[in-house]
Amino acid sequence: MSARSRLRTGVILFGLLHVGVVCAGFFAPYDPAAQDREHPYAPPMRPHFVDVNGRVHLRPFFYAQTLRVGSYDEYEENRASIIPVKFFVRGARYHLLGALPLRTHLFGGDLPLYLLGSDAYGRDLFSRVLFGAQVSLLAGLIGASLTLAIGLCIGAAAGFWGGWRDEALMRVAELFMALPWIYLLFAMRAFLPLAVPPLQAFVLVVVVFAAVGWARPARMVRGIVISAKERDFVRAARGFGASGGYLLRRHILPETAGVVLTQVAILGPQFVLAEMTLSFLGLGMPEPVPSWGNMLASLQHYNVLVSYWWMYLPVVIMVPFFLGYLLLASLLQENSGAAKIEVARSGV
Amino acid sequence: MAILACVLRIHSAAAFAARAATAHANDEPLRLAGESGHAGGRIVIALRSEPKTLNPLTATDGTSREVISTMQADLVHINRATQLTEPALAKSWKISADGLQYTLTLRQGLKFSDGHPVDIDDVLFTFRVYLDEGVHASQRDLLIVGGKPIVVRKVDAQTVQFVMPKPYGVAERLFDSLEILPRHLLEPAYKEGKLAQAGAMGTAPDQWAGLGAFRLKEYVAGQRLVLERNPYYWKTDEQGNRLPYLDEIVFLFVPSADAQVLRFQSGETDLISRLGAENFAVLSRQARDSTMADAGPGLEYNFLFFNLNELGDKAPAELARKQSWFRSEKFRLAVSLAIDREAILRLVYQGRGAALWGPVTPGNARWANAALRYPGRSLDKSRQLLAEAGFRLATGESAQPRLVDADGRPVEFSIVTSSSNADRAKMAALVEDDLKQLGMRVQVVPLEMRSLIDRVTQTKEYDACVLGIASFDADPNSDINVWLSSGGMHLWNPAQKHAATEWEAEIDRLMEQQLTATTSVQRKKLYDRVQEILVERQPMIFLASPDILVGAKKNIGNFHPAVLEPYVLWNVEQLYLRNGAENARR
Repeated sequence: MSARSRLRTGVILFGLLHVGVVCAGFFAPYDPAAQDREHPYAPPMRPHFVDVNGRVHLRPFFYAQTLRVGSYDEYEENRASIIPVKFFVRGARYHLLGALPLRTHLFGGDLPLYLLGSDAYGRDLFSRVLFGAQVSLLAGLIGASLTLAIGLCIGAAAGFWGGWRDEALMRVAELFMALPWIYLLFAMRAFLPLAVPPLQAFVLVVVVFAAVGWARPARMVRGIVISAKERDFVRAARGFGASGGYLLRRHILPETAGVVLTQVAILGPQFVLAEMTLSFLGLGMPEPVPSWGNMLASLQHYNVLVSYWWMYLPVVIMVPFFLGYLLLASLLQENSGAAKIEVARSGV
Repeated sequence: MAILACVLRIHSAAAFAARAATAHANDEPLRLAGESGHAGGRIVIALRSEPKTLNPLTATDGTSREVISTMQADLVHINRATQLTEPALAKSWKISADGLQYTLTLRQGLKFSDGHPVDIDDVLFTFRVYLDEGVHASQRDLLIVGGKPIVVRKVDAQTVQFVMPKPYGVAERLFDSLEILPRHLLEPAYKEGKLAQAGAMGTAPDQWAGLGAFRLKEYVAGQRLVLERNPYYWKTDEQGNRLPYLDEIVFLFVPSADAQVLRFQSGETDLISRLGAENFAVLSRQARDSTMADAGPGLEYNFLFFNLNELGDKAPAELARKQSWFRSEKFRLAVSLAIDREAILRLVYQGRGAALWGPVTPGNARWANAALRYPGRSLDKSRQLLAEAGFRLATGESAQPRLVDADGRPVEFSIVTSSSNADRAKMAALVEDDLKQLGMRVQVVPLEMRSLIDRVTQTKEYDACVLGIASFDADPNSDINVWLSSGGMHLWNPAQKHAATEWEAEIDRLMEQQLTATTSVQRKKLYDRVQEILVERQPMIFLASPDILVGAKKNIGNFHPAVLEPYVLWNVEQLYLRNGAENARR
């Protein structure tokens, strides 16, 4: 497969996953916070096409699950009760793309359907994974963009003007890299008022990620800027009297595109993982708002680990996302402007 | 088979003969009924935290108390299974008709675990120390009745008299857990004013002694505490064999509940207590060589309470506004009625617990007010109460109608809960969802335990909180500083100078009265009224009480868990290992 078609496959796969996440309300059958107290820790349901009588259904159906008498987390399939899957059903209200209020869901049933099972409160894991991805991936994206914006400005300034400015900025960057950021976050959470609305707490945490994480990209950008400003075409432009701002904008910053794009792809998952770490420590998104981090937090309980295997499913679902990001990163690296110039030059 | 049993018995009798310390004819050991066991072997138990001290005077944390209970003894003891008093170091006692004089007769031939004989001066010394203000013993409050200390008098070499300033309702239960201290070891420290430092965890085994079934052998900081059999213990089994049966108890320090479960499952520990319902279910499912037992509802009660502190001008405006809701009894009752306690039972305790409406759990049938029953969840009644209190539903542009107060401000508050307690965090999440149905917007904030306690008792910066209290005794007095308005554990408004409300003043009066009431019928009547007021006024919204869930390896004999602490070790002197081969291997 050529690089181009691989890139295309990666982008399509990745795009599809993200469409699912962005339109979580539509694809998820339930409100991610809705509790179904009759079905705690329900295992995932399997879709069927052939019923017990051997009759083939064109429309997939599920068998209802009921708690075994006297048990609180063991279910049995009720073969007498068939739940046909219905499409485009009305259900819990949600806001598509955060704005459009809708009630139509892709699928649903007359009785609860748990594709990936349910958690301790009987909340649908499938819905929670989709909505949780919104939170976690958004955190990754915002965090990465902020980090790079800061890193780019500081790195470019340090590399382009050099001298004492370079010295000062790079020492500050080293200081930031040496910071024990996890303790910084602990401290920051303690300073916030007791009940910070989830979104606000989350944005604050992302801002801190960015504030702390800019140093590494800044150093990379600085390196590229230093080498780029000595290139012949830059010198030539300078000789023709181009101003510093023009040189940066027109000739030098474009050189850093490869690094920046690659860094977006790498930092994205890194921040998703960081958000997970925070939720794991109880610093991230508060219940009942789902995030991949707080979904994994329940796995630290021994009984969950050994009794309910489907609680691991969010992990399985995260893998293609992270692989997608990394695939994208390596492809962007191959296709970046700087690499092309190198290729062109060696070709001459 | 019969022959084998016979051989075993002979073997164990021989072992007993070898192990028994020289006994005198006039010794009066306490003979315990029940299954007789084999001598020897050791059991291993995990503790959730390291004990802070071995000194009964300064021990306030649960693990220290648990360890001390195996190393020390009291004059009169409350049997943790029957919850009744029984003779211990005192073989008998008499209470005068006016309820003012308690005369206790000491058992003959008692010896401390280092072999030093016990006499009445040890008892006098013990109570002098407990009552000495300079020592700051946690037991002192129990020995002050109506503001005056109890007077202790020596009658003769075996008899001691306690004179109460007023009749004392708890009667001989008073003496439970008042451990008799070794004067010969502690008097020098007492005279130097260094008693509080005695019995620190590094104490050498020959510098520490008690009258309990076990004595100190080895302590390795951060790892384990090893106790060995006290050869001078004053109890025997039915056949006259000196107890305890076991040679050793090893306490391992295993901080997390999940790690404790793993240790028990892998066979590293022999006993496990304080299990959560879910871990209990896992162990029950997988246990082949262990007995998992549900000892029934315990004395722990979990509850939600609101910040009712009077903060005056210090209060932030927002909190002051919220407090105007919290102070409304109708609001509190509405919240209480909206909470689905049955769901808490199922989802948090997997059915192993009880829904609560008052503070006294079903585990404490003797003191529970039977007239107070959980009326069941009723959202309609809740809504009606809220409407009466001036709240209404506002249907905005959002999907869910929101509850607003008389000024049109939305009802929003946060519930703090301990992040280390999974059960309570779960309860809070269920409460949050229940209250959403009334249109209240609640946010659960998990906090580290220490900062939570700090907020509730010191800074008072919180809206509402989910907590639990585990009483150490069934008697109402064990929780007296929760109910007295001056009490430090009067969580919704602690340490008040004067009772803030009429009903808190009434509870104060009733609790004082029951302290000095002479008959238990009178006390029960007074305490029933206290429970009634608490249910009427709902300063604490009682949620649920978990069962005491414990487990033991199958080869442990006489395993009879109780709902009072220490759940599995209360009869530690009678625990034994059934399997002789197993003993040898260990």
